[in-house]
Amino acid sequence: MACEQMATAEWRRKLDAYIDGELEARELQAIGTHLRGCAACASEVLDRVQIKRAVQMAGKRYASSAELRNRVTKSVAAKSGTNPRREAGWAWKLLALPALLVLMLSVGVNWYVGRENARRQRVYGELADLHVNALASTTPVDVLSTDRHTVKPWFQGKIPFTFNLPELQGTQFTLLGGRVTYLAQTPGAHLIYQVRKHEVSVFIFQDRGDETASLPSGPVHALSFNIENWTQNGLRYFVVGDVGPEDIRALSKLLRDAA
Amino acid sequence: MKVPEERASGANFEELAMPLFDQLYNFARWLTQDSTEAEDLVQETYAKALRGFSSFQLGTNFRAWMYRILRNSFLSSRTGLKTTIAIDGENEENLLPPETDTPESVLIGQANREMVQQALADLSVPFREILLLCEVEEMSYQEISEALAIPIGTVMSRLSRARKALRDLLRKTQTGGRHGL
Repeated sequence: MACEQMATAEWRRKLDAYIDGELEARELQAIGTHLRGCAACASEVLDRVQIKRAVQMAGKRYASSAELRNRVTKSVAAKSGTNPRREAGWAWKLLALPALLVLMLSVGVNWYVGRENARRQRVYGELADLHVNALASTTPVDVLSTDRHTVKPWFQGKIPFTFNLPELQGTQFTLLGGRVTYLAQTPGAHLIYQVRKHEVSVFIFQDRGDETASLPSGPVHALSFNIENWTQNGLRYFVVGDVGPEDIRALSKLLRDAA
Repeated sequence: MKVPEERASGANFEELAMPLFDQLYNFARWLTQDSTEAEDLVQETYAKALRGFSSFQLGTNFRAWMYRILRNSFLSSRTGLKTTIAIDGENEENLLPPETDTPESVLIGQANREMVQQALADLSVPFREILLLCEVEEMSYQEISEALAIPIGTVMSRLSRARKALRDLLRKTQTGGRHGL
């Protein structure tokens, strides 16, 4: 059965915006109501969703070579002056340190860097596990609410600190809920936000100068996840997700501003 | 607002830009339809972005900014100085959608990824790029607007037309004849 609205370009654009998650709440509700009573439009939406998914799969087609990535990485490092080899060579000539001293220093630095890297990877790996475990769980959150004024008080008495959550109105993020979690035997808050169709985890712990304290603040890419972390008001924040670094940065900024 | 000096450092650029490498290459490869050209385009994009990073404006979207540089580099290489594409009839005429025998049902039934890839490759560049940004990169309309330097209203109408063009191509493939747009 045909629907007269489907003959108009404006209506088709609205259906596109509907499946792209770009409609405002009022329009979303209006279209949802229409779809429940119009089989033709519901079928049209289903077709569009199917083709959207088909393009999503088909579009991820080409992978770059490791050789190209290395070439670009080196080029960027060289042009931005962050090439460690070049800096090391420059320092060698300028200071003219005895070879033995340089060797000892190098061994020491390598040992320290290796240990710090292993420590970072251990923390990032544990955070990624917590994130994935929560999403794979049938009950990802223990307090299910989009209201920060419901989620925050729920943690009272469950963790030994309190925190502030940002107002999300007008942003692309939605709070889904929270749960208590543990990192290195330390209790903390695990909040789950949604951006488009992705879930992003926010972990908050007390900054106790333990294993997490040595992590450098800022964004990193680890285990295919984008992660940002920082310390603020005695609390250590981690934002973990498979969304782009821009989304991670935007959510981190909201949290920083609210803290 | 300008990026503070410490933010505009090379190290910071690497942290922001290198995670985008794979998706930028995929996008470049789709645009150029050639692996060598795609590699050149990605290298050129990173070189230009690094040079211009100090002028990158906070509050704007870094990912969209990178895509914009890549796309403009692609268009410059193809057209000399021209960095925008004019499309006839951004305001489409009203058309009745097909009521039966849609290509989607056959498409999903056959799970024919290659058919979709060929249809994407056959699309014109403006349609192909907007579909890739929306579906594959999952950009919001606002991000697409920044990446393509077009208003959001144009994003919506072009996206709608691109989807219709893709459906038409799939329908033609389905019925045995293949034609470019």
